[in-house]
Amino acid sequence: MGDILGLVAKRLGLGLVILLVISVIIFFMVELLPGDIAEAVLGQGATEENVRNLREQMGLNDPALVRYFDWLKGAVMLDFGRSIVTQETVMSVIGERFRNTLFLATYAAVIAVPFAITLGVVVALLRNSIFDRVANVLTLTSISSPEFFLGYILILFFSVKWGMFPAIASLSDGMSFWELLERTFLPALTLVLVVTAHMMRMTRAAIINLLASPYIEMARLKGVPPWRVIVRHALPNAWAPIINVIALNLAYLITGVVLVEVVFVYPGIGQALVDAVSKRDFPVVQACCLIFAATFILLNLAADVGAILTNPRLRHPK
Amino acid sequence: MSIFVIAYYSLLLIASCLAAFYNQRSAFLLVFSLTLVSFIVGIIGGADALKFIAAIAAAIALAAMVSYAFREFVIIIVSNEMAKELRTAPLTAAFGMFVIFTYAIAGIFAPWIAPFGEAEVIASAFAPADENMLLGADQLGRDMFSRLIYGTRNSVGLALTATLLAFFVGAFLGLLAATKGGFLDNFLGRVADVIMSIPSLIFALLMLSIFGPSMPVIIIAVSIIYAPRVFRLTRAVAGDVVVMDYIEAAKLRGEGTWYLIRREILPNSTAPLVAEFGLEFCFVFLLVAGLSFLGLGIQPPTADWGSMVRENATLISFGEITPLIPAAAIALLTVGVNFVVDWMLHRSSGLKE
Amino acid sequence: MPYDKTKKDVLLKIRNLKIQGYSDESWVDIIKGVDLTLHRGEVMGLIGESGAGKSTIGAAAMGYARDGTRISEDSSIEFDGMELTTATEGERRALRGNRIAYVAQSAAASFNPAHKIIDQHTEGPLQYRLKKRMEAQEDAIDLYNRLRLPNPDEIGFRYPHQVSGGQLQRAMTAMAMSCRPDLIIFDEPTTALDVTTQIEVLAAIRDIVDQFDTAALYITHDLAVVAQMADTIKVLLKGEEVEEGSTAEMMSNPKEEYTKSLWAVRSFKSPQRSREGRDCLISVKNVDAAYSAGPKILDDISFDIYEGMTVAVVGESGSGKSTAARVITGLLPPQKGEVLFKGEPFPADYRNRNKEQLRQCQMIYQMADTALNPKVKISEIIGRPARFYSGLKGAALKARVDELLDLIELEPSQYYNRYPPELSGGQKQRIGIARALAAEPSFIVCDEVTSALDQLVAEGILRLLDRLQDELNLAYMFITHDLATVRSIADEVVVMQNGKVVEQGPKDEMFKPPHHPYTDLLLSSVPEMDPDWLTTLLEERGLENLGESASKQIDPEDDKIMPSDA
Repeated sequence: MGDILGLVAKRLGLGLVILLVISVIIFFMVELLPGDIAEAVLGQGATEENVRNLREQMGLNDPALVRYFDWLKGAVMLDFGRSIVTQETVMSVIGERFRNTLFLATYAAVIAVPFAITLGVVVALLRNSIFDRVANVLTLTSISSPEFFLGYILILFFSVKWGMFPAIASLSDGMSFWELLERTFLPALTLVLVVTAHMMRMTRAAIINLLASPYIEMARLKGVPPWRVIVRHALPNAWAPIINVIALNLAYLITGVVLVEVVFVYPGIGQALVDAVSKRDFPVVQACCLIFAATFILLNLAADVGAILTNPRLRHPK
Repeated sequence: MSIFVIAYYSLLLIASCLAAFYNQRSAFLLVFSLTLVSFIVGIIGGADALKFIAAIAAAIALAAMVSYAFREFVIIIVSNEMAKELRTAPLTAAFGMFVIFTYAIAGIFAPWIAPFGEAEVIASAFAPADENMLLGADQLGRDMFSRLIYGTRNSVGLALTATLLAFFVGAFLGLLAATKGGFLDNFLGRVADVIMSIPSLIFALLMLSIFGPSMPVIIIAVSIIYAPRVFRLTRAVAGDVVVMDYIEAAKLRGEGTWYLIRREILPNSTAPLVAEFGLEFCFVFLLVAGLSFLGLGIQPPTADWGSMVRENATLISFGEITPLIPAAAIALLTVGVNFVVDWMLHRSSGLKE
Repeated sequence: MPYDKTKKDVLLKIRNLKIQGYSDESWVDIIKGVDLTLHRGEVMGLIGESGAGKSTIGAAAMGYARDGTRISEDSSIEFDGMELTTATEGERRALRGNRIAYVAQSAAASFNPAHKIIDQHTEGPLQYRLKKRMEAQEDAIDLYNRLRLPNPDEIGFRYPHQVSGGQLQRAMTAMAMSCRPDLIIFDEPTTALDVTTQIEVLAAIRDIVDQFDTAALYITHDLAVVAQMADTIKVLLKGEEVEEGSTAEMMSNPKEEYTKSLWAVRSFKSPQRSREGRDCLISVKNVDAAYSAGPKILDDISFDIYEGMTVAVVGESGSGKSTAARVITGLLPPQKGEVLFKGEPFPADYRNRNKEQLRQCQMIYQMADTALNPKVKISEIIGRPARFYSGLKGAALKARVDELLDLIELEPSQYYNRYPPELSGGQKQRIGIARALAAEPSFIVCDEVTSALDQLVAEGILRLLDRLQDELNLAYMFITHDLATVRSIADEVVVMQNGKVVEQGPKDEMFKPPHHPYTDLLLSSVPEMDPDWLTTLLEERGLENLGESASKQIDPEDDKIMPSDA
């Protein structure tokens, strides 16, 4: 077991280092801005006094390194400073929204993960049949469509033509859980369509790869019935690839959510990021980027750790 | 029950019987499961739903015929060896080639095909389609069709440039890392790890917020994001080649790095690299389209598919499909490229077995 | 003991077996109408070169067609009165593991890494309701005992990756025995093993098949192995039968030319050259080597190679023989010691060697497939060294390439513009030789150059190398694990074990006692064509003095012994 813990600890350490490096990138990229940040934010017509005030507020008079450590210290305590545009604290802008985004992503994942894994396994077992080929074409098409294309098609049919679900996923206080699910059904469905396609293809590839191993042929030649070959011989070795597939696709969801939120005007962190980018509200942009990157790294980390924990060769060392 | 519904089911049943009779197992399975699905859909959605299915089936049949004819056409005009390979191409791949071909024509000859200028205002805002305007006017009264054609140039051109840049940088570094090994290999690998740990869209937004949305910034930002992915793949592909004994033989002969890359490694890596180029193009194209859709891509008045969707999005709530057309144009090209790539990957994996 | 066919019933009857494989969008015949009759308790050896279709026939005997192959409809496979080609999949499956069992080539890959060995063993008996779990486990331990696995009570409760290759192979044989099948298919069960390990597995398999009177199809390409194992031998060539007969008859009196040529393979023997009148070319002095911070692979290695002579370096996998070659070629600079070339120190890293030094020392590889760039023309492969070292161009270069192709007995005009994938294994190996010769070296490292080739082809390559040696005064370092190859081509022999040289000297002395104990073990473990070889050997030495356990006890510093002492 010592081996495994060592590997996991090493992987966690590496994740932390990468996160630190990324925080450096996110922070210092803003420093690369040509000219003075405060001037750039305020634009041509800024008076000198305004610029001075803003510099003061953003702490631009301190050296960059000092500001980085201040920022990082704040970030660890979830305090990202104040928005330049609205003067509110960044957390008050994105805190609520981050919860909403997590809700939407979870909603989509809860539908997509079991659905896609099951379909992926089925398609792998039926490989090279007509169903496999049709599934291949359908998933390829789904992967190839931009999220906003799928989103608008769903709006056109489900909301404009058939009036089944609302086109705009606005949230208000005091909504019941069912209302919430109904309101956010279309954005969730859009995400499900894209992620399911990705996940199905990856699951199929992983299972087919697995079924080609000599020990599966050996099991067949031992007269083991097909269902038992899958359950007893393939599945215990399939966890690592499947966990990997799930984690990678959840990470994908995190990015996909930005476009979907804009299409459905959903009050999530993705929309906040897009707004902040167009208004050049750097503290908010930095905070959003750091949160997205951290989630992404965490999921990739989970995939690797999962693969380590389910590897029989590592679980039972020599 | 209308004549349409009766004809619809009889056609399906006749087709399934014929397929069964001639032992076309997969065709039978396909047609018969379609029949069963139609029963259910027909009960729920009525004749309209069946018409919808029929329309889709007709569209697919049309696409299949176009692809078939296009494949035969290409087989005739190319050399013998190419023709032999093309004969093994499935219809989906042929369809993909046809789409790419069409887009290339539209992009290259845009000024001659488009009836109006890119930014020419010719009608009132959101004017409906007439004999002058195939697809009606956009929110400023410009011809949608003309903008769509010009958009091929701008959207595809931008994505292609960015992909090429990312590809050359990534592939070159990947080959170098695989050949040289050691510190350089490790260092580049770590850098790629870090860049790939930031979700691509987020990283692009970060860079655009700082440097502002302009063509060169988009191209460079996208190359920075995708070069590590190309690097990873090239490194892996070249890594498989580098361990071959013929590379060792060349090294022991005293050949330089450049000779090794050019004469020994590259010829054995082209097939996966070409497929990877197609895949990367799809990713880049979708990313750039996403940025444009968010209003952070190519800036107006230049015609661009992503921005066209955004600008005309309000029409959706009136049940108009106009904003879907540029989105569909994006999807169609990506699907086409993916189909071709899928065939190429299948072929190269088939060779290994 | 000759096998009496008349006494027993027919167990497996295959008639007109045709199997097709799918390639290039069409079905091609792999097996072209083979007949086979196997009686109860009979062991039949299926022998043939790679691509003969032995393994496909083995699977077909279980009614199993691998992915991408199919059994033709007019074939008949009758097992104990049951027609497998028309049986349902369920009926066929009920036979597998129960009445027909399978032992695969790579046990390490064929055991499921996620389950303990004994759980995989008892899967069959439990599924067929032959035994209760406890009984099945006791039976497994009994079988492990009979197969002479170390710690039989405990070994089954380990995971496959915790057990060595030779032991796993025996555990798989035990698993095949778990339902006491009527027939076992052995598909090259010892090919992946070292000779000293192979002998244990062979003895174990033979015993257990004898004890339970199980019939077996023993598939292999190694004649000497099949001679020990089989009652009858069937020779296959490209999906067709060449001939069949009892082992004794086939060994002493084969009828077909092809069979005779197989049997005759080991006849080539080059006369032994001596060091007299020659200069020392390469001298390896007290070399230690390891791969970055890993354990020591080479430990104080020293040997000399004289010009125009062949030094064979012999040892099993992991003995460090290939690493020694990497040190000489400069791919792996040694931690200690040095390599001298004509008395001058050779730079340790090949990157520091000049063109002239690089030219002197060439390599020929084991796998011709990976040794030749598949995307480069033959003329360029051979021409490049000539251009690179000698600056030949145009007509002079073409003439040189033609000359080299002539030298390796390939018609220049036919091969000049072709690519490696279009050639056969032997032809590719010849091109590899030509590439080495193009540099006009004085020394060539031959790394297992014949082990991936069929025996007849290998023989041709050995003859060619021997001829070139005399014509061009080349020195060879011949890395091999195959003692038959050593016998035919070596002048001097270096025996290595665990990174140390245990013995070295002229060939004739090496094959004569007294031997170092390891050399003795190695020599005695190589199967011979004599069908009674294994029996005699086991009687003479006893099993405890053979195989893995014996080789572990040997210390490289041991004194030489007479074989009778063992």
